[in-house]
Amino acid sequence: MTDRINNKDKSPADLVQLEKSRLDKTLGETLRSQGISRRSFLKFCAATASMMAMSPAMIPKIAHALENARRPSVIWLSFQECTGCTESLTRAHASTVESLIFDSISLDYHHTLQAAAGHAAEEAREIAMEENYGKYLLVVDGSIPMDNPGYSTIAGISNYDMLMDTAKGAAAIIAVGTCATYGGIPHADPNPTGAVSVGDLIKDKPIINVPGCPPIPVVITGVLTHFLTFGSIPELDHIGRPKVFYGQSIHDRCYRRPFYDKGLFAETFDDEGAKKGWCLYKLGCKGPTTYNACATAKWNDGTSFPIEAGHPCIGCSEPDFWDGGGFYKALSMPTANITETAIYTAAGAAAAGVALGAMNRSKKNSAAAAHSDTTIDDLEK
Amino acid sequence: MSESGGNERVVVDPITRIEGHLRIEAQMDGDKIEKAYSSGTMVRGIETILKGRDPRDAWAFAQRICGVCTLVHGLASIRSVENALDYKIPKNADLIRNLMSGAQYIHDHVMHFYHLHALDWVDVVSALSADPKATSELAQSLSNYPKSSPGYFSDMQKKLKGFVEAGQLGIFAKAYWGHPAYKLPPEANLMAVAHYLEALSWQRDVARLHTIFGGKNPHPNFVVGGVPCAIDLNSDSAINMKKLSQVQDIINQMMTFVDQVYVPDTLAIAGFYKDWGARGEGLGNFLTYGDFPSNGMEDVTGYMIPPGAILNRDLSTIHPVDMNDPNEIQEFVSHSWYDYEGGKDTGLHPYDGETTFNYTGPKPPYAHLDVDQSYSWLKSPRWKGNSMEVGPLARVLMLYASGHEQTKDLVGMTLNKLDVPVEALFSTLGRTAARTLETKIFADAMQGWYNDLVVNIKAGDTRTFNEILWEPSSWPKQAQGVGYMEAPRGGLAHWIVIEDEMIKNYQAVVPSTWNAGPRDSNGVPGAYEAALEDNHTLHDPKQPVEILRTIHSFDPCIACAVHLTDPDGEEIIKVKVK
Repeated sequence: MTDRINNKDKSPADLVQLEKSRLDKTLGETLRSQGISRRSFLKFCAATASMMAMSPAMIPKIAHALENARRPSVIWLSFQECTGCTESLTRAHASTVESLIFDSISLDYHHTLQAAAGHAAEEAREIAMEENYGKYLLVVDGSIPMDNPGYSTIAGISNYDMLMDTAKGAAAIIAVGTCATYGGIPHADPNPTGAVSVGDLIKDKPIINVPGCPPIPVVITGVLTHFLTFGSIPELDHIGRPKVFYGQSIHDRCYRRPFYDKGLFAETFDDEGAKKGWCLYKLGCKGPTTYNACATAKWNDGTSFPIEAGHPCIGCSEPDFWDGGGFYKALSMPTANITETAIYTAAGAAAAGVALGAMNRSKKNSAAAAHSDTTIDDLEK
Repeated sequence: MSESGGNERVVVDPITRIEGHLRIEAQMDGDKIEKAYSSGTMVRGIETILKGRDPRDAWAFAQRICGVCTLVHGLASIRSVENALDYKIPKNADLIRNLMSGAQYIHDHVMHFYHLHALDWVDVVSALSADPKATSELAQSLSNYPKSSPGYFSDMQKKLKGFVEAGQLGIFAKAYWGHPAYKLPPEANLMAVAHYLEALSWQRDVARLHTIFGGKNPHPNFVVGGVPCAIDLNSDSAINMKKLSQVQDIINQMMTFVDQVYVPDTLAIAGFYKDWGARGEGLGNFLTYGDFPSNGMEDVTGYMIPPGAILNRDLSTIHPVDMNDPNEIQEFVSHSWYDYEGGKDTGLHPYDGETTFNYTGPKPPYAHLDVDQSYSWLKSPRWKGNSMEVGPLARVLMLYASGHEQTKDLVGMTLNKLDVPVEALFSTLGRTAARTLETKIFADAMQGWYNDLVVNIKAGDTRTFNEILWEPSSWPKQAQGVGYMEAPRGGLAHWIVIEDEMIKNYQAVVPSTWNAGPRDSNGVPGAYEAALEDNHTLHDPKQPVEILRTIHSFDPCIACAVHLTDPDGEEIIKVKVK
């Protein structure tokens, strides 16, 4: 094995060959080459079995499974996107991107991070697809333009063709960010390029939607590690989002919620209410109709989240939030009917989807006109 | 790919380790690049989407132009609205914006160097044969960064060995390892790989400055008229001493990493690649818009980065730049997939900018672009007809030419240490070094802005927002303005036309459009193209690491660079290609 480490004098062609010859190496072999003994490995397997309340008879099976595990191949495609989702991935404090790519996955194609370019990059994608056919995980960020294949190409290939080709052999697809999940900003009115989501095009594969503009860093890695650890897809809501991260509205989990209940609101960005952390509803907060983990997981190692930093939630993990009628318009229904508004605001995810859908159906201008300034006074009655 | 033996067209698509979708086609003459063509291959139409919206919402849309330079479009956007309405903001808001923008530079430049650019110069596989003890000696000779023991490098190497031996190279697969253009000794490679990982961890922590003031990163929040975060030293839910202490701690982390890792690494690596100080210049024309106000955006003399243009390397003359003069900044579409009403060879100022999609490129999948016709979703911006380079090199030259003492010292130190002539600034190497040097300047400036913020709060000023023009009903019926700034990749400006409280027209001319744009109607290339045509030979056309080096020295950001407007209610023409 030691000959494998002296690559300095090898030509790139030799290294390619070497890379291929290594492909059969399993986790067990790798651990031993790193000096981890069979004995300590089995102890780890025993601890795992005990933790998961399994019988001792399972230990050899776990050991066998682990020893033969290669890191799952992940292919990450970027279409009509801004790279904010990849940036968010790199901000995750746990699991970190480096622990993922060194220990848990083999990130075989990722434009922003991969060393290879051009033909070599495309070859890496093709090899990963071929060798892991039916088993690799496909991650997609960005929407797909359908009005003209020339609106977005990679290596001369349209986004649509690349998606359909790469999706064929995927075990599952994770759509990351609001563009890949629901069309996002390219899909905002008037959708100049005919942008659509991954779920609009792929119907025969399991898809996990991880929306957000971008999604919270630890939510991206959390969904990935759930899949890797438990080998299954987490429970999803009616629009494909993992309930663990998107099951509660930001409003219901917001530390400013008590002020909403007391009717104490910031009226502007540096008045007494803003300084004292009162509710931002009147400044347009979309927390009541936004289902995401910002108020619980928070952002960037739990440092803060938009509402804590004084800005109303813009609802960035909801479908069509860009066309919701204005970020600083207090949330209300076009009907301005207090009963309906209260129901929409308080009800669960399905109703929130209806509420947003209702808002989105009205065009930008008419939506702005139809929205009453605020219905908060009504709500307080 | 080959058209004939010595007349090959080398295509690199995707250009990886950048933001966005970029394609380079290089026409070879033997082993030399004769002509280069830069093509942005993705379009979304964000400026069309902005039409008819509330101008106060525009920052959030504009910010999604790019998630890498994640706050700059938000800031340019709110400045455009403030400029249009003559909307004054409190001093604290300017200081917090400077801190957030400065933090973006430091974060972005370090990540660019280690995660996007380094692998053009650093051979990861070679690091496996380094001697950890010698690596430790090398690291300690360069800097007092504490993570430099033989044990540290030995652990790092072991981790890398385990990774490579597992046979799944992941993001490092299929790269050009072993290419003779890699010149670093194994020890320098190991040190750089270790710092690649350290920088990944560091950037997560320092990104939190945006989270404190803007609630999240990427895409922190802004607000027209100030900043969204209130200041109250007696509140648990505003900028208070705890949050200020976090900011100070992050500034310290930034200064430490820049001084102890980034600057010494750049100089050490550059020492092995001095020949790259003699290629990759290209245009010799440089442009800055100016930024980092000390006394509001209206007072140009108070900017840390002065605005101006330098032509033909002549540092003795700084030409003034007028963002509103219709004859100065213009965009051309002669080789872009758009039409102009007045013909494809016209140039239009952004206020009058028009864009109509007209994709005339080859039907995907395709092997080559027709570079005699339109070949990019980027337009070609020109200043008084000149093709200009923007970015760190332009800024460092502007600071140098205007007598900025710290810049002169840093440039002098660098030239001296590398033992290269001043002409080496105008090159691929000079561009990469300029990015490092300005990061040092910004890291030091951060402390100054923080101190000013504390002094201002201490004096009793906690204002962060001016509500006077918040309500659209208080606005004039018509207004137009330009919001400009220096983004990490160069001068960035957004032009807005407001009518009846809504956006009538919106146009962004961004750094990577200046640098990555295609040829104009006179056949004058953009900065990428010109740089690649400056003294580049390819050792192996199948492994064009030389192209990556020069392109990455600009730090491409292509989603930024592609944009469009829809003027005067004109319908966008969608061309369906079957």
